[in-house]
Amino acid sequence: MTSREQILTSIRTALGRTEGQAATPLPPPMLRVPLMDPKALVETFVQNFEKLAGKSIVVGAASDVVPALVQIVQGKRVVASNAPYLETCGVRAMPGIQTGFTDPSAWREACVSADVGITRVDYALAQTGTFVMLASAQEARLASLLPLIHVAVIPRSRIVANLDTLFGILPAPAEQTSSMVFITGPSRTADIEQILVRGVHGPGEVYAVIVEQD
Amino acid sequence: MAGAPTESFQKTLDDPRLQLAIYSATGRLVNHRAGSIRGDLLPEYQDLRTRAHEIKRHTIEHLDQYLEQFERNVVAHGGKVVFCRDAQEVADFVLGLAKERQAHLIVKSKSMTTEEIDFNERLEHHKLEAVETDLGEYILQLAHQRPYHIVAPALHMTRYDVADVFTKKLGVEKEVEPENQAKIARSVLREKFLRADIGVTGANFLVADSGAVVVVENEGNARLTSSAPRIHIAIAGIEKMIPRAQDLAVYLSLLGRSATGQPLSVYTSFLSGPKRQGDMDGPEEFYVILLDNGRTKLLVDPEKRESLFCIRCGACLNHCPVYRKIGGHNYPWIYSGPIGAIITPQFHGVTKHPWLPFASSLCGACAEVCPVKIDIPKVLLKLRAEVTEAKAREGQSGMERFAFRAFAWMMTHPKIYLPFASIGKKFLPVLPRIGPLAKWTSQRELPKAASQSFHNWWASNRGEGKQA
Repeated sequence: MTSREQILTSIRTALGRTEGQAATPLPPPMLRVPLMDPKALVETFVQNFEKLAGKSIVVGAASDVVPALVQIVQGKRVVASNAPYLETCGVRAMPGIQTGFTDPSAWREACVSADVGITRVDYALAQTGTFVMLASAQEARLASLLPLIHVAVIPRSRIVANLDTLFGILPAPAEQTSSMVFITGPSRTADIEQILVRGVHGPGEVYAVIVEQD
Repeated sequence: MAGAPTESFQKTLDDPRLQLAIYSATGRLVNHRAGSIRGDLLPEYQDLRTRAHEIKRHTIEHLDQYLEQFERNVVAHGGKVVFCRDAQEVADFVLGLAKERQAHLIVKSKSMTTEEIDFNERLEHHKLEAVETDLGEYILQLAHQRPYHIVAPALHMTRYDVADVFTKKLGVEKEVEPENQAKIARSVLREKFLRADIGVTGANFLVADSGAVVVVENEGNARLTSSAPRIHIAIAGIEKMIPRAQDLAVYLSLLGRSATGQPLSVYTSFLSGPKRQGDMDGPEEFYVILLDNGRTKLLVDPEKRESLFCIRCGACLNHCPVYRKIGGHNYPWIYSGPIGAIITPQFHGVTKHPWLPFASSLCGACAEVCPVKIDIPKVLLKLRAEVTEAKAREGQSGMERFAFRAFAWMMTHPKIYLPFASIGKKFLPVLPRIGPLAKWTSQRELPKAASQSFHNWWASNRGEGKQA
């Protein structure tokens, strides 16, 4: 008998079940979806994101994103993901920005040496100040992970109330991506004397640029 | 609590610095939790707990089915599932894979399950380096210590201890500021992340309907561990299963709040398989090791199996009056506090540390704060009963066995017993005042022995004649 069979057999023996025995029904998922208007979603997101020491900038239109970024990226090495929305905003055409990678090792090298990574987010959760990012060909993992500063561009329509709303919209994330991550504020630790330190492995500074008319 | 390491307890109690560290760290976590579940912020908190308990009960009671569903879905996304019965099988698999892929360096994120099987030591024997990357775990690995707390592993160390460890092990200048210490760790470990061939994470949840591993953390090291190396291996106990991705809405709302008072921890990674077509980063290979290591033994009893519902938030440790005095290293295994007191005896057998289920005041704080409503005091009582039964079966000690045998022999030989009884009566008031009982009896009044023994009374009043 393989280890697999042995483990499954001892589980069945302990539980008094037989192979293939049908399960008793499971109650439906508990999703608490609050109703929030778009204005409240933005306000709530900003409030919670700033509580986590995130810095938020609300701009009117896609064309206002680049001017808002100028100060953050000035004099720094910057990578941007291949997200089409960043193209729309003009971010990928900013001078000095490295983007449009198709070679994995070049991409990795660029992220290793970058100070700032710019991405879009797939969703944002207002009640927790969270970015939701699904890895894809357009949105790779390392841009929001290796550089010390992460800038997320968030179309307002992508802000939802909370986790429950998200799982209502995305009941099966694995069908879309091999990696979905929720990012709630800057990387932090309190492992030494419970003293809060930011930026221990991931970004220590996070920015949210929210676009009202996306 | 015979057999308890009382000297070691005393050492912890007599260390004022350690007492302060435990008290203030757990106290802070208690306050953070309380602040995050306040009725005005989370009115449905109790409903969430009830639901979390129900889902775990359902999952554990149908565990075989969910493991198979999980396996099918991991495979469907291009990953592999490896069932392992024990530590040896895990080590054999990882060593075999490392050899095949010519891997030399493993980065690891925090995982109690790998602590449980001495993962790092087993690999070290075969010249395969496994580096812990959670800051607290990294410090402990350098200092050769085991975690003091489920979520705050280096809770017992000061920044000066950390400075000494870094100076000695990393050869850096003495640095006592936690912010700069974190920077040192960041730069040393960043290089490891980029050079590692394999990343090993634990799992907070296994999601059956998605074939996904969910890892919750604050530093970003688990995200790096599962993103940067070309191979990702997640090692998880089989009990980490939940049925649906949507159930995470319940568990994630409870985990961060119960552990550190965060509505959500900084990073929650939902990982289902290797990178997909077109992805520019992410692992090329994805393995999930499903570990038994004694867990199936815990399934038998419907009440004790609740121990497997645990989501490792550490709230029961922070609220436990015993943990808050004796700390984490006085528990016999890596799982400390109330949850350790119910898990350890079930994994190792109740007779190995018979004192452990008794090291509790049964105040019930643990059950009150448990996000999945494990009735820890009830399980402790069951385990106490088992310890007592086991002791009765085995006989507590040679001395006790001898005493009981002698007593039984004496009682079945009245010709010998009766004369002794009448002599003993005379010595009864004096005997306890000397010898080992003297201290105890000096403060107590002994009842007077009756002038006539029951035997004599029976013989003269009801008996068929004099017997002795």
